[in-house]
Amino acid sequence: MAYFSVENLSISFGGLKAVNDISFGVEQNEIFSIIGPNGSGKTTIFNLISGIYRPDAGAVILDGKNLVGKTPDRIAKTGIARTFQNIELFANATVMDNLMLGRHINMKTGIFGGAFMFGKRSPAAREEIHHREKVEQIIDFLELQSVRDQFVGSLAYGKRKLVEVGRALALEPKIMLLDEPSAGMNTEEKDDLTIWIKDIREDYKVTILLIEHDMNMIMGISDRVFAMNQGQKITMGAPQEVQRHPEVIKAYLGEEAIN
Amino acid sequence: MDMKRDYYEDIELFKSGTILFWSILFVAALFVAPLFLSNYHLYLFNLVMVHVIVAVGLNILVGSTGQIALGHAGFFAIGAYGTVLLMTKLGLPFFPAIVIAAFISAFFGFILGLPALRLEGPYLAIATLAFGLAIMHIIGHTELFGGRQGLTAPVLNIGISQWGLNWVIKTELGKYYLILIFTIIMVLLAINILKTRAGRAFVAIRDSDIAAEVIGINLTMYKTLAFAVSSFFAGIAGGLFAFVLGFFDPFTFNLILSIIFLVMVVVGGLGSVMGSIAGATLITYLMYDLLKNVDEVPIVGNLLVAFSGKFLTTTGIDNFNLVALGLVMIGIIIFEPLGMFGAWIRIKKYWKTWPF
Repeated sequence: MAYFSVENLSISFGGLKAVNDISFGVEQNEIFSIIGPNGSGKTTIFNLISGIYRPDAGAVILDGKNLVGKTPDRIAKTGIARTFQNIELFANATVMDNLMLGRHINMKTGIFGGAFMFGKRSPAAREEIHHREKVEQIIDFLELQSVRDQFVGSLAYGKRKLVEVGRALALEPKIMLLDEPSAGMNTEEKDDLTIWIKDIREDYKVTILLIEHDMNMIMGISDRVFAMNQGQKITMGAPQEVQRHPEVIKAYLGEEAIN
Repeated sequence: MDMKRDYYEDIELFKSGTILFWSILFVAALFVAPLFLSNYHLYLFNLVMVHVIVAVGLNILVGSTGQIALGHAGFFAIGAYGTVLLMTKLGLPFFPAIVIAAFISAFFGFILGLPALRLEGPYLAIATLAFGLAIMHIIGHTELFGGRQGLTAPVLNIGISQWGLNWVIKTELGKYYLILIFTIIMVLLAINILKTRAGRAFVAIRDSDIAAEVIGINLTMYKTLAFAVSSFFAGIAGGLFAFVLGFFDPFTFNLILSIIFLVMVVVGGLGSVMGSIAGATLITYLMYDLLKNVDEVPIVGNLLVAFSGKFLTTTGIDNFNLVALGLVMIGIIIFEPLGMFGAWIRIKKYWKTWPF
């Protein structure tokens, strides 16, 4: 039994079967990549896992528990964090506040506790300090010191992508869903990101599901790759195998490329 | 210097010695100033401070959480009626009465927050507007609440009469100090709320509700909470307002008042506590003092009155009150969309980098 698995997941929008009977299992501490041409349903799978959509059929199972039917915030609390393809950050808050928001589920201060944060020894202040320390570690880890107090809306695209990864990391998740984290980054930033993703797996013991278009990155870090097209599975296996699979080449480059 | 040595320095109430110094000076001035003011100006100041409490609370809802609200006069009314009725009908002392009334107001805020889960923008505006109007009319048609005749506030006794402790506040000056202390406490609470977990969750909902959800923020809880908190502030302010006026009827809490509250927040700067304070002060001063008395200004005053009588309706100078207010709003939206707070940021930046 896999640590995390998706079983016979299906959803259709109108007549379009966006995700059609998809199943896969992910082992703990694995980097598992999902590839496929645009519109093949990769992000839809992430939306189904994180509870934004409710599947027509199928199950999402983490540690033996079915997550289907739970709201996104409940799913976050079970230990699944994600980033978005088009960046969903809190643009009018600083990098620090965005990362602190990632700590939300790990904190307890309520409205009254927060309102009466007078003095360094009040419970709210003590909790706040403790979590700020954790966030500073993430800032160090992702080298965000220079933009720490800047508003996210004013950052370069690559940096924003990184802040989003940091925010997901701040949740201390068991599983992290990264939706095209390297899109819009230059080569140097991509290389750094590749190393960071590996480090996240090693140091933070996070299982990673990755959607990515950059083949170098996929080949470099994935343990296994899942290829799909038009909502359906093509193949799954080691990165090199999948890359050579004729159906995958056909899906990406068209019929003639094989002949 | 900007060097930080401690994680606490980021969340301190006063981030530097300079800010602490000016804050103390400002508060000290607020405590000393009334000794030199006339009764009329004390009344005006009391009104300003009551509006500051409402604006700061409304700002948590509109500015930070991004939910529009056009019915805050309703919560203001619940606070005023609740406090007075709890004191006169149940004989409660002042402090428990105002706090309970504020919690009743917060409860209604929570109820109004429920449809807000499904409504956004203009639809939410209509729903909250309907709430404000409904409260006004329900009060106006209920005998217990004094109906259309209104209510007279009881003697302001902040002691507990049942225990023989009677501290009756009779003068405007006494009311001033009472309201000042309430205002300082409420502003500090608002600043703390916005700096901690719940406040950040509000901002998250405003900026991206989908991202807020996937990092584990319960939208239902925090949206209704924002409504409840902001109604609580309006409730406290309403309780104080009852004693500032001494007498009020349901139409004191009309639609215009709700809109004025919103104007204060927008003019001050959405999402900024200091902005709301400035906005409430400016708008209250404009509405209740400067523009009311504009006809006393030599030459211009007479001209305006004549103009108003000739071309506008016969209510005279009151027309100019609203016209001028509208112009101020339009001006601020065009020239400084971030409100007075935005202007302050610009000035600060200018001085920091001067002469470059």
